[in-house]
Amino acid sequence: MKYRGASVRRLALPVTGWVQRFAFALLVSASVGMLVLGRIDSTFVERLRVGITDSVAPVLEVLSQPSATAAAIVEDMRTLADLRGENERLRAVNERLLRWQAVARTLEQENLAYKELLNLVEDPRPAFITARVIGDAGGAFVRTVLLNAGTDDGVAVGQAAVNAEGLVGRVVEVGRRSARILLLTDLNSRIPVVVEQSRVPAILAGDNSDHPRLSFTPVNAVFEPGDRIVTSGHGGMLPPGLPLGEVISTVGGVARVRPYVDWTALEYLRVLDFTLPGVLPATRTAGPAGPLP
Amino acid sequence: MRSGLWYRFEIAVRGLTPFVITLSLAILTVIPLRIPDFAPVTPALTVISVYYWSIYRPDLLPMAVVFGVGLFQDALAGTPLGLTALVLILVQYVVIAQRRFFHSKTFLVEWWGFLLVAPGAALVSWLLASLYFGVFVAVRPLGFQLLLSIALYPCLAWLLARIQHYLLRSA
Repeated sequence: MKYRGASVRRLALPVTGWVQRFAFALLVSASVGMLVLGRIDSTFVERLRVGITDSVAPVLEVLSQPSATAAAIVEDMRTLADLRGENERLRAVNERLLRWQAVARTLEQENLAYKELLNLVEDPRPAFITARVIGDAGGAFVRTVLLNAGTDDGVAVGQAAVNAEGLVGRVVEVGRRSARILLLTDLNSRIPVVVEQSRVPAILAGDNSDHPRLSFTPVNAVFEPGDRIVTSGHGGMLPPGLPLGEVISTVGGVARVRPYVDWTALEYLRVLDFTLPGVLPATRTAGPAGPLP
Repeated sequence: MRSGLWYRFEIAVRGLTPFVITLSLAILTVIPLRIPDFAPVTPALTVISVYYWSIYRPDLLPMAVVFGVGLFQDALAGTPLGLTALVLILVQYVVIAQRRFFHSKTFLVEWWGFLLVAPGAALVSWLLASLYFGVFVAVRPLGFQLLLSIALYPCLAWLLARIQHYLLRSA
């Protein structure tokens, strides 16, 4: 009995080898096909991706909790060690901010008066949804995070994700329970910006490095290190005036920007629902921008 | 005496171990650990797992399953769908083709093999990503990821060996 089984197996050996090689070829072509399909922006690939992410979102939500708690404990310990210094620093900051508050109040009144004089059309105040980061890219090729909110909560493709420090990125994919945010450092991220002081427009283009660069800048535009960069609101996708970062270097005519956001501390993000009155919702379904020509 | 049906069920469930572990590692890859600058250099845990199981129990991790786990990881991580899948299949194919080289050799040989396979996998994924995005993707994070993966291999392989010893010994 045993002997017969072995001989059958030996007879079947070339066949199993052939089947294996066939499976290998089949699966390799399937992966390549998938890559090509994804490249030409097929909705099938996107739907598959969103479906998988959505179904795993509850698991990620649970699993990401302990790491968040652990990080919070470590942070607590760290601050505990330097409580006195921190207090001193905060007192100084508070003093400075109180002076700024006085300035801001006067400016606010002045601004209101001017707006009244000009009959200015106000931008709508964006409504927002707060969601927790439940996943990051975990790889070298993309800079994205996953949020635990989706279409069920009112998240839509194109909306801005911000935290207290400034703009983090934009929603590029959304499922029922989860949404993927393309961080502004990602290779595919393109955000219309202006320099806060000089109002020079540019596109902030990510390249997977920590410091995205300013491209499509006007001829003769001058950027100084320290210039604050904010969203311009061009295109109507993002609210204008969201702080992004500041110029740190202008080597070889390429200005690089250091984002304000601390990428390691992304925990809760606010997704802004910014809709300009009269803009059709269909314009909000744009996908991620392609690479520069 | 254990009944035959129950015994066979138990064997089948234990046989899922390599798949379950590889899938869990794929999920673990995208959990935010909040370590500064860690996300882009997260070790290629699934490559390690596929490499290990392809040496010791390739029968329990069929190529179609490896492909599925790769797609799953691509979907979660936001990488081009199919990229990790292709890399993992290639890793498994190479290891199975060279299985005689690894068979009943010491751990150092196994690690040495990983030292050869991992850079190949990184190179293929870099080529694919660069082709997909149409630009040369930054190499630095990939290099660090590779170093971390190689450094982590002994720990993870030890863990996998323990698991294999406890769960698959009788199977």
